[in-house]
Parts: sequence; structure tokens; C-alpha cells
Amino acid sequence: MDPLILSRIQFGANISFHILFPAITIALGWVLLFFKLRYNATGDSAWMRAYFTWVKVFALSFAMGVVSGVTMSFQFGTNWPGYMETVGNIAGPLLAYEILTAFFLEAAFLGIMLFGFRRVSNRIHTLATVLVAGGTTFSAFWIIALNSWMQTPAGFEMRDGVAHAVDWWAIVFNPSMPYRLVHMLLASGLTVSFLIAGLSALRYLYGDRSESMWKALRTGVFTAAILIPIQIFAGDQHGLNTLEHQPQKIAAMEANWNTGPNVPLVLFALPDEAAKENRFELAIPDGASLILRHSSSGVVPGLNDYPGNHPPVFPVFWGFRVMVGTGILMLIVSWSAAFFLKRHHSLPKPLALLMVPMALSGWLATLAGWYTTEIGRQPWLVTGVLKTADAVGPVAGSHVALTLAVYLVLYVLLLIAYLGVLVHLALKAAKDGDASPLPGVMNAALSQPAAEE
Amino acid sequence: MSYDWPTLLPLIFAGLMGLAILIYVILDGFDLGIGILFAAADDAEQDTMIAAIGPFWDANETWLVLAVGLLLVAFPLAHGTILTALYIPVFLLLLGLILRGVAFDFRAKVPAGKKHRWNRIFLIGSLIASLAQGYMLGVYVLGLDVGLGGMAFGALVALCLAAAYAAMGAAWLIYKTEGELQKKAVRWLRTALVLAALGMAAVSLATPFASPRIFDKWFLWPEMLYLSPLPILSAVLFAWLWRQTFHLPKPDDRHALTPFLTLAAIFALGFAGLAWSFYPFVVPDRLTIWQAASAPESLAIILAGTVVVLPIIIFYSFYAYRVFGGKATDLTYD
Repeated sequence: MDPLILSRIQFGANISFHILFPAITIALGWVLLFFKLRYNATGDSAWMRAYFTWVKVFALSFAMGVVSGVTMSFQFGTNWPGYMETVGNIAGPLLAYEILTAFFLEAAFLGIMLFGFRRVSNRIHTLATVLVAGGTTFSAFWIIALNSWMQTPAGFEMRDGVAHAVDWWAIVFNPSMPYRLVHMLLASGLTVSFLIAGLSALRYLYGDRSESMWKALRTGVFTAAILIPIQIFAGDQHGLNTLEHQPQKIAAMEANWNTGPNVPLVLFALPDEAAKENRFELAIPDGASLILRHSSSGVVPGLNDYPGNHPPVFPVFWGFRVMVGTGILMLIVSWSAAFFLKRHHSLPKPLALLMVPMALSGWLATLAGWYTTEIGRQPWLVTGVLKTADAVGPVAGSHVALTLAVYLVLYVLLLIAYLGVLVHLALKAAKDGDASPLPGVMNAALSQPAAEE
Repeated sequence: MSYDWPTLLPLIFAGLMGLAILIYVILDGFDLGIGILFAAADDAEQDTMIAAIGPFWDANETWLVLAVGLLLVAFPLAHGTILTALYIPVFLLLLGLILRGVAFDFRAKVPAGKKHRWNRIFLIGSLIASLAQGYMLGVYVLGLDVGLGGMAFGALVALCLAAAYAAMGAAWLIYKTEGELQKKAVRWLRTALVLAALGMAAVSLATPFASPRIFDKWFLWPEMLYLSPLPILSAVLFAWLWRQTFHLPKPDDRHALTPFLTLAAIFALGFAGLAWSFYPFVVPDRLTIWQAASAPESLAIILAGTVVVLPIIIFYSFYAYRVFGGKATDLTYD
């Protein structure tokens, strides 16, 4: 097979596997800090129990993120040597700052955060949690800056076919960067809140009514309910930014072939690139014009304006729809759960049952969104600067195919093991029901007279 | 050689990259080595061994990311050339690192019955990663020669490095453990030292003959005279450490850290020898550090950050090691 497509599949598989774990650790760090601060403020040991349960998930996710991240740093060279040769002067410093300012911070203080609770003072332990959470977020900042620069490059000039930096501020804060960063941080927040809510719902279904279950469940559900409308707004703004800077991507997302006004919003279609039309189209008249231009006569770009220079339509169109569809489901589920928790202090069983698979809804939406934006950048690796086909390495297709097969098997096995451990941890916590002793944790809540019971 | 920024910056980055690789080899060396030593340990010992490295391994591996990152950002041409030539060994290295990295966490979180499986994966992953690193080093030394001779030489270096890592692991255990396990670690150290010394001697003898350029760098008068302390000092340290293994552990656990520090010194000496062999090439005989370097303005902006951040990193790494100082006992999240 063609080394180019194999290299793309391999890199795509690696980066897809990788993003699952940062999507968890970025926001989970802050949730852990929230648990820790609540414990510090109330002295209620249930918060610390929630912390200890979820810090294990953090540790495992972090390890998965580190090993797949190391893989990525090598694959820039093994699969895409042309990338660093052309834009290394831009990508290099951004990656270097990510490693220096974020990666080391996380890795060094992770040990204290995970194992140091009884070895350092409570204040240092809280500080370690802050530094790890800050490190993961800062890491995301640099990576998103680089990715956004590849989408909407700015602040550079080409000399002898090599990009040279001119204005670092413009490079880091390139046109799509703020939108993409906010969108991704919120995506991480939603991924984690649904994960926590889902696994807590699993504990709930197993009859666990312990304080630490309630605390985690409420945290997950209410965070999700608050974040999802913000995310829908942020996503819309991100789309308008894409319309301005990468119109061909919007054309593919909407499967719109001809530029013009009164463009319908296609709900379902099988885009056919050869015939340049949609099959089995189901559409709302003027919908796309209204959403993108806020007027039914608004002009929406069409794919036919970009012959041979637009992304493959089918995956971009459907990736976008999977993301939006998952987002709408998230809205419905989180708001219903928030309603029942607020009004009835309980969850109806069907809703709890639905929340369990929804634990992974954040992963689905995040992947679908990334596929939309990354495939939507094709055929460019760096928009207008470097084509993906020109960056691929001189490695034999058979080598890429062999390693790809091993990676895929490994990733599937690791994912199964990872999900198995998540369920195991939840069920173990459910069985324990806050009964096991917590050495080194004070419990102000129990030492006070239980007035309400 | 003139001393302007375009000349100095690639040199500084070559130095930084060398430093990152050296720190990586010493730090991840001991935790990879402990993974290899899993082969000879029982269940309870394995738990203690993990406790001796658990809080550190993430940060240790980060030095590899920094080293590859510096290669990537400072010498992008070399990054592509080296890694595409070493495609399969790099893949095996990553496979090993992935397996052992996740096994670390899985073994502590899966139901008790499945722990054995992850212990074995930890051993296999550590071994694959160590062998792959040694193999890559061997092939790199011979100028990325992937013919039969290169592969044989690579295999020799692979075994040698795995033995050296096992020695590092044993030395770390002498520092971090006590009682029976510590005594066992002393015996492991002795065996691993012999294997590593044999390997290193073979590699040292083979290298100058495999590469005429390296031969010229080492066996020319008077350079030979200035360079002679490197191999002599290494050999003396090796012999001294081997003798020490008959007197360890000492009463009151004195000098428990000495074996580790001695090995670190030997690694540093060997590394200096390698650096001398290659200078000024980053891809042996093909690309010098100046030919492969990024634009000076990009290097300058990375350097500005590095000089501020690197001391801070080293400082808080020391702090993390101090928090978990003393003998390893149990390792729990609460």
C-alpha cells in the first residue's frame, strides 16, 4: 500500500489514541483540585475519598498520555521528516516550550500528588495538585498554539522553502488559536464531567449511596450541565472563525457544493465527490446561511470553488454531525440529571443506565471534532505552506504497515484494559461504600454531632 | 572557528541535548534496569522494587522527551534522517516504553489475580526498551549502517546496555532497600557489572576498527595522551566497584548510594568518549551540527527559555527525589 496513506493512518491512530488521555487529565487535574480544596475547607473526608478514587484514574490516564505522547514525538521524525524540515523553526520552539514549561512540571509533581499525601504537608500536597493541573493546561496551550498555527499560519515568512519566524506573538496567538483552545479546554471539561457522572451512576446502580459517590456524582452532573451550553456557544464562534479563515473546511462540513445564498442546512446526506452532489439529502431550507451568516440570503462558500484543493467531504461532513449530535445528547442528559438531583435528590434508573455509556460521550465528541478539523485541513499539513504528501518520509510501505498493525492491536488491548480498570475502580469503591479507613485524613464531618439524622 | 551566535548556538544545543541524553540514560537507566531485574525477583520483592521507582519514573522518562525534543527542534534535518533510518528499532523502543509505562499503573489497579500478567509485561517492556536503545546506539555509532555487520554490532551494544541498565537498577536498589532484597541486589550488581564490563570492552575494541574516522580520532598522537584518562578511569572505577560488591551492604548502611554514583560516573565517562568520537557530526559522517541546525533566531528563543527553566526543573526534580528519600517501603495513593 501507499506509504503516504499508511503513514497518515498510523499517525492518525496514534494521535487519536493519545488525545483520549489528555482530554481526561487536562480537566481532571482541576476537578481533583476542587475535591482537595473542598476537603481543606470542610474537613469532610468524603471529599478526600473522592480525591483518592479519581487520582488513580488520573495516574493511569497520565501514564497512557505520556507513553503515547513519547510515541508522537518520535513519529514526527519517523513519519513526517518533511514537516520539521519545512516548519521546524516555528514548530520547534513551540514544542520545546511545551516540554520545558509544562511536561516537566507535571511529571515532577505528579509523584508528590499521587503518593505524597502522608509525606508532605497538606499545603504542599495541594500545591502539587495545582502545579500538575496547571502543567496539563499549559501543555494544552502550547500544543493547541502549534496545531492552530498549522490551520491558520501567521507571523512568519518563507525563505528558500523554509518557514522563518517573524513575529512570535502572531505565531502563538494566530487567528484560530483562542477559539480552538477554549473549545478544547471545554471539551476536556465535558469529557471528565461525563466520565465522573457516568462511573458514579454505575456506583449508584450498584446500590452505593455513600457520601463520596454523591459528591462525585453531583460534581460531574452539575459541571456538565454548566459547561455544555457554554461549549455550544464556543463551538459556534469557532465555526464562524473557520468560515473566515478556512472556508473550504466549512464547505465540506456543510457538504455545500456551490457558493451562494439560501444554502440549506443538510441534516443527512451521503456526499458523492465524483458526482459533486449529495445523495439522500435531508435538509432545512436556508439553515446553513442562517447559522453561518445570520441571514437567509447570506453567502456560504461551496466546494466547487476549490477544485482539487478541498478536504475529503464525507469524513468531514459526518465527523461534524457526530460531534454536534453527541453535544445535543449531552445537553439533554446533563440537564435532566441535574434536574432530578436538584429536585428529587435521586436519579431515575433509566437515566442512570443511560449515563453509564455516556461516560465515554466526551471521547466520542472530542474525536469526531478533531477528525472534522484535522481532515478538514487536508490536503494541507500547514495551510498554504506544506502539503501532507510532501512531508512523508522515505520509509517502505511494508514497514509502516507492519508497525501500524502492531500499534492498532496494542491500542485496542490497552483501551480494553483501561476501561476494565475504570469499571473495576468504580465497583471497588461501590463495594467499599466509604467504609475502609483513610489513614492521615482528618474527618471533621464525623467528629461533629450528626444533627440531621 | 569564529564565536558568533550562528556558530555558538548549534554547539550549545548539541551540549544541551547531550546533557539531556546523559541524564535520561542515568535516570531512566535505573528504572529500566529494575524492570529487567524483575526476572529474578519474587512477588513481594517486586512490590518493593516498584515502590523504589514509582514516584520518579514519569519525570525520568520526560528527559527522553526533552532529548528527542531538542533533536527535533534544534536539528530537524538530523531528527528526520536518524529516525527514518532507525524506523523499526524506534518502533520497538516505543513499544517497550508503552508496555512498561502502562504496566506500572495497571499492575497496581487491576484485580489481584491479574497482577502477575502486568508484572510480566513490565519486565518484557523494560527489556525491549533497553535492548532497542542499545541497538540504536550501536547502529548510530557505525554511521547508521544497517547491513549485517551493523546489525551484529547493534546487537552486541544492545546486550551491553541492557546489562549496564540492570547494574544501575541493582545499584539503585542497594540505595533504596534493606535486608534480604538489598543483599540480593548486591549479587545482581556483581553479575551485571561483569556482563556490562565484557560488553563495554568489546564495544570499545570494535568501534575504532568499525569506523576509520573514529579510529583516527582516538589513536593519533598526542590526542591519545589527553584521551587516555577516559578509558583508564572507567576501568579503574569498574574494578573498584566490583571489589566493593564483596563488602556491601556495610554496617549502618554506609555508602549505600556509592555504587549508583560510581555507575553514573562511568556512564558520564563513556558518554564523553562517545561525544568526542562524533563531534562535530550529529548524523555520523553526513551532517554536522551546523548543517542540521534550525535558524539561529529560532534557536535563540528556545535557548532563552531553556536557561531560565532548566535550572528550575533540576531544582524541583531534586525536591521530588528528597520527598521520597530514604528506604522504599510501601507506595500507596493515600
